[in-house]
Amino acid sequence: MKKEEMNFQKSDEFSRTMIPGSFARKMRTCVIWQFIRFVAINIKMLVVVSKSH
Amino acid sequence: MARLIVLGGGVAGHTTATFAAKWLGSQHEVVVVTPNSKWNWIPSNIWVGVGQMTKEEVTFDLAPVYAKAGITYKQAKAVSLNPEGNESSDKPFVTIEFTEPSKAGEVENLEYDYIVNATGPKLNFDATPGLGDGAGQMGEHTVSVCTADHAVHASHELQKSIEKMKAGERQKFLIGTGHGMCTCQGAAFEYIFNIEHELNKAGVRDMADIKWISNESFLGDFGMGGLHMKVGGYVVSSKLFAESLFAERNVEWLIGAHTSKVENGKVEYELLDGSKGEESFDFAMLIPPFAGVGIKAFAKDGEDITSTVFAPNGFMKVDANYAAGAYENWKASDWPRTYQNPTYSNMFAAGIAFAPPHIISKPMSSPNGTPINPTPPRTGMPSGIIGKAVAHSVCDLITKGKNAHLHEASMAEMGAACVASAGKGVFSGTAAAMTVYPVVPDFEKYPGTGRDTDYTFGEIGLAGHWIKHILHFMFIHKAKLNPGWTLIPE
Repeated sequence: MKKEEMNFQKSDEFSRTMIPGSFARKMRTCVIWQFIRFVAINIKMLVVVSKSH
Repeated sequence: MARLIVLGGGVAGHTTATFAAKWLGSQHEVVVVTPNSKWNWIPSNIWVGVGQMTKEEVTFDLAPVYAKAGITYKQAKAVSLNPEGNESSDKPFVTIEFTEPSKAGEVENLEYDYIVNATGPKLNFDATPGLGDGAGQMGEHTVSVCTADHAVHASHELQKSIEKMKAGERQKFLIGTGHGMCTCQGAAFEYIFNIEHELNKAGVRDMADIKWISNESFLGDFGMGGLHMKVGGYVVSSKLFAESLFAERNVEWLIGAHTSKVENGKVEYELLDGSKGEESFDFAMLIPPFAGVGIKAFAKDGEDITSTVFAPNGFMKVDANYAAGAYENWKASDWPRTYQNPTYSNMFAAGIAFAPPHIISKPMSSPNGTPINPTPPRTGMPSGIIGKAVAHSVCDLITKGKNAHLHEASMAEMGAACVASAGKGVFSGTAAAMTVYPVVPDFEKYPGTGRDTDYTFGEIGLAGHWIKHILHFMFIHKAKLNPGWTLIPE
């Protein structure tokens, strides 16, 4: 069994939701990808902040 | 010379006072009345609570900052308001009681031209038997991260649990809300995942059972009725993402729960279906419900007019529609725009201290009649924006006259950026970065989800952690009024 699929069997509630696979988890802490996301999220947040003032 | 008194020195009060002092200059007086000697960047208390930051890193002394800004600082708490003055004077005044050690217990009447109530909440631990100590403070069975001191205590207790696990003793962690009418689920959400992260780092995760208990009717409600985001071509409910994170991190959940009693190592709860149960714990962090701080109000003849100025929950009435009635009749326009008290035009409220017209989430109660639903969040970015708008209004009233236009900051028309930590670490940390627009859903303007899905999004990752850590330094820099502080948005 793949490690990321282990938790599905731990409860009925867990089995009815989605759990990220190894690639999605890796990307969450991949410095290069996260730097790109850092820039993108900041731009999105600045737009919302500017619309709110 | 006019005098503006700001009650409270948190995000809303500090923002109001500092901008008012900047805009009014030395021609008018700004007074801050707050019982605390230190300012606290509360979002980082989460990291204090897991031993990843110290109290000193999230607090600083208010006195030198207010001296620099030309603000008169009274370390005291407001006891009562006399908005019409008294029998000997027509001038409105607030009665304060000093908490500063050298003057503790002394009382003073402070006259004002304008007053802003930004006291924040009373942490109402005693609303749940056993959660409080019966004297208004936190009880002995659980911990809290609501204040820096609470977070330091929580960190010590967490370390004790970690030591027990290292010694082979299994531990049960219960994190969430301590009452059916709590808000601030976000703080508890951050704390539970920071604990899970720290237990992994300590190598004892397999010795821990971690459970979430909350008054939300579904995971991801956060007191805002949840939110919908565009992800992978779908428009998706926050419920799916919250459940996914809980399942991924092996955190069980109990939702729709009113914590009715806390004892040593055990809570009793009632669920939305009316059933009752118990949950054991070795370590519990349960957020208390919030209430107003209990300021009284008196008319000129001494008549108690507290119910005219304040809602039953102790929060100050403002220009909201408090007669909206049933859920089906709720509208975005029920939410206040100027935060001016409807009875006394020189009185405003900002941040948590204003009385919301109703909750944001769908109201729920058990068959026994117990209300179990989150109350509306009014912290962080909305608090700051409201505080600044109120400061602008008061400054215009003082400098342009009583017919000056009031500035508006409706939570139904403003968005909010929120970063919820899920673990601290320069390369291993993660956080959910989210924006919602608007905070209060407007189903007339945005039929379907109530919000603009072009500006409502969320994702979890290391980038979110970097943003939260940078915001920690930015907002403390801003609150200290260091160079460029006005350029940093609320």
